Amino acid sequence: MPSLVFSDVWAQFDTLLSGLLQTVWISAVAIVLGVVIGVLCAVARSARSRLLRVLAAGYVEGMRNTPFIVQLFLVFFGLPGLGIQITAIQAGLIALTLNLGAYSAEIIRAGIEATHRSQIEAGAALGLRRRDILLHVVLLPALERVWPALSSQFVLTMLASSILSQISVEELSSAGALIDSRTYRSMEVYIILAGFYLGLTMLFRLSFDLAGRFLFPRRRAVAVRR
Amino acid sequence: MPVVVAEDVRKSFGSLTVLDGVSLSVSEGELIAVIGRSGSGKSTFLRCLNGLETPDSGQIIVAGHALAPGEEALRALRQDVGMVFQSYNLFPHLTVGKNIELAPRLVKKIGKAEAADIARSVLAEVGLAEKYDAFPEQLSGGQQQRVAIARSLAMRPKVMLFDEVTSALDPELTGEVLKVMEGLSRSGMTMLLVTHEMAFARKAASRVVYFHQGRIHEQGPPEEFFGAPKTPELQQFLGAVL
Ligand SMILES: Nc1ncnc2c1ncn2[C@@H]1O[C@H](COP(=O)(O)OP(=O)(O)O)[C@@H](O)[C@H]1O
Ligand SMILES: [Mg+2]
Repeated sequence: MPSLVFSDVWAQFDTLLSGLLQTVWISAVAIVLGVVIGVLCAVARSARSRLLRVLAAGYVEGMRNTPFIVQLFLVFFGLPGLGIQITAIQAGLIALTLNLGAYSAEIIRAGIEATHRSQIEAGAALGLRRRDILLHVVLLPALERVWPALSSQFVLTMLASSILSQISVEELSSAGALIDSRTYRSMEVYIILAGFYLGLTMLFRLSFDLAGRFLFPRRRAVAVRR
Repeated sequence: MPVVVAEDVRKSFGSLTVLDGVSLSVSEGELIAVIGRSGSGKSTFLRCLNGLETPDSGQIIVAGHALAPGEEALRALRQDVGMVFQSYNLFPHLTVGKNIELAPRLVKKIGKAEAADIARSVLAEVGLAEKYDAFPEQLSGGQQQRVAIARSLAMRPKVMLFDEVTSALDPELTGEVLKVMEGLSRSGMTMLLVTHEMAFARKAASRVVYFHQGRIHEQGPPEEFFGAPKTPELQQFLGAVL
C-alpha cells in the first residue's frame, strides 16, 4: 500500500475552497428555483385544464426518464444552436433546476394526493375560496408531509452538481480534477473531495431540517410521526 | 320566517335514490335531531343544506340564501352555515388558534389581532381557552371536536349542522361535546344534528325527525315522538336502539 501524502493537496486549498463555494451557491439557487417549479408542476398535474395536465406530465416524465448528463448537454450545446448564448454556469443552473423541478413535482404530487377529501370539505364548508383551499388546506400540509423526501432530493441535486464539471463549470469536482492534474495525488485528492461532499451533505441536511422547523411549526412542536 | 327551508329535495347517486322528496322547515332557535338507520340519507340531506352535495331537484333556502350553483353563491351561503363533521376535520398542520382564525381571516378579511380575539372567545365558549397554541394531534377526540365547533362558531353562523359529531368518540368524551351543543342551543343557535344519542335528542331537541328510505317518515316533538311513535317503522327503529 502506497503511503498517502496530503500536504501537496492541502497546499491547493484555495482552489478547493472556491470550488466548494461555487457548488454551494449553484446548488442553493437550483434548489430554490427547482422547488418553485416543482410546486407549480405538481399543482398543474391536478389542474382542471387538460392541456396543463398533459404539459406538466410530459415535462416530469421526460426529465425523470433521461440521464442528467444528456439534459445538461442538451441545454449547454442545444441552446446556442437555437441562437441563445449562455455560459456554462447558466446552462448548469438551468439543467439542475429543471431536473429538480421534475423530481420534486412528483414528490409534492404524492403529498397532495394524500390529502383527505374531508379536509377539502371542511375548508369548503367554512366558505373558503377554491384557491385558498388549494394553498392552505392542500399545498402547505402536502409540503409539510413530504419535506423529508424533498430534503433528500435537494441533497441529490447538490451531489449531481458535480456533473457540471463535464461542461467545465469550476465547482468542487472540477477543482479536485484540477488539483489532481497538478499534483498527481489522485487518491488523496478524491479522499478529500469525498470528505468535502460528505460535510456539505450534512450541512445541507441540517439547513433543510432547520428550514422545515421554521416553515412548518408543527415540526417544532410535535415530533412528526409517520 | 323559517331559517331553513327544504322543499321536495331529491338526490340520487347513479341508480340509488338517496333523497326521495325531503321537505323540512326549521324556525329560528330550533334544535332538530335527525335520526334513522345508516344509509337512510341523513348525511346527504345535511350536506345538501350547505351545498357539499347538489340536489337533483327541489329547493333549499338557508339563512336567506337560496342554494344555487356557482362558487360565489355557495360561499355566501356557507358563511352563514356552520358544519361539524364526525371526524372533526381540523387542519392538522395548524395550531388550534390558527385553525379557528383561518376562515375569518381569509373569508371575512378580518385582521390578525381581531381574529385572535375571536378565536380566544369561541375557545372559551367551548371550554378550551388554554389550548390556543396546541396542535390538533395533542388533543383528545372530544377536545378536537369542541375545537371544530369553535372553528365553525368563529364565522358567526346563523345555522349549525352537526353530522354524528360524537360517533367517533369514547362514551366518556361524548358528554363534554353534547354539553357544548346544549349550551349553544340554549343561547339561541338554530341547529340540525344527525345523532344516535337518543337521550340527548329527547332532552335537547325541539323536534325529532326520522329518516327512512330517503324520506322524512315521521317527526314530532320529543315527548310525542319517543313516547308515542305512530308508524310501525319508527316503532321498530326505536325498539332496536332504545
Ligand atoms: N358520494 C356518494 N356516492 C355514491 N353513493 C353515496 C354517496 N354518498 C352517499 N352515498 C350512498 O347514499 C346512501 C345514503 O348515505 P348517507 O346520506 O350517508 O346516509 P346516512 O347518513 O343516513 O347513513 C348510502 O347508501 C350511501 O352509500
Ligand atoms: Mg351519515
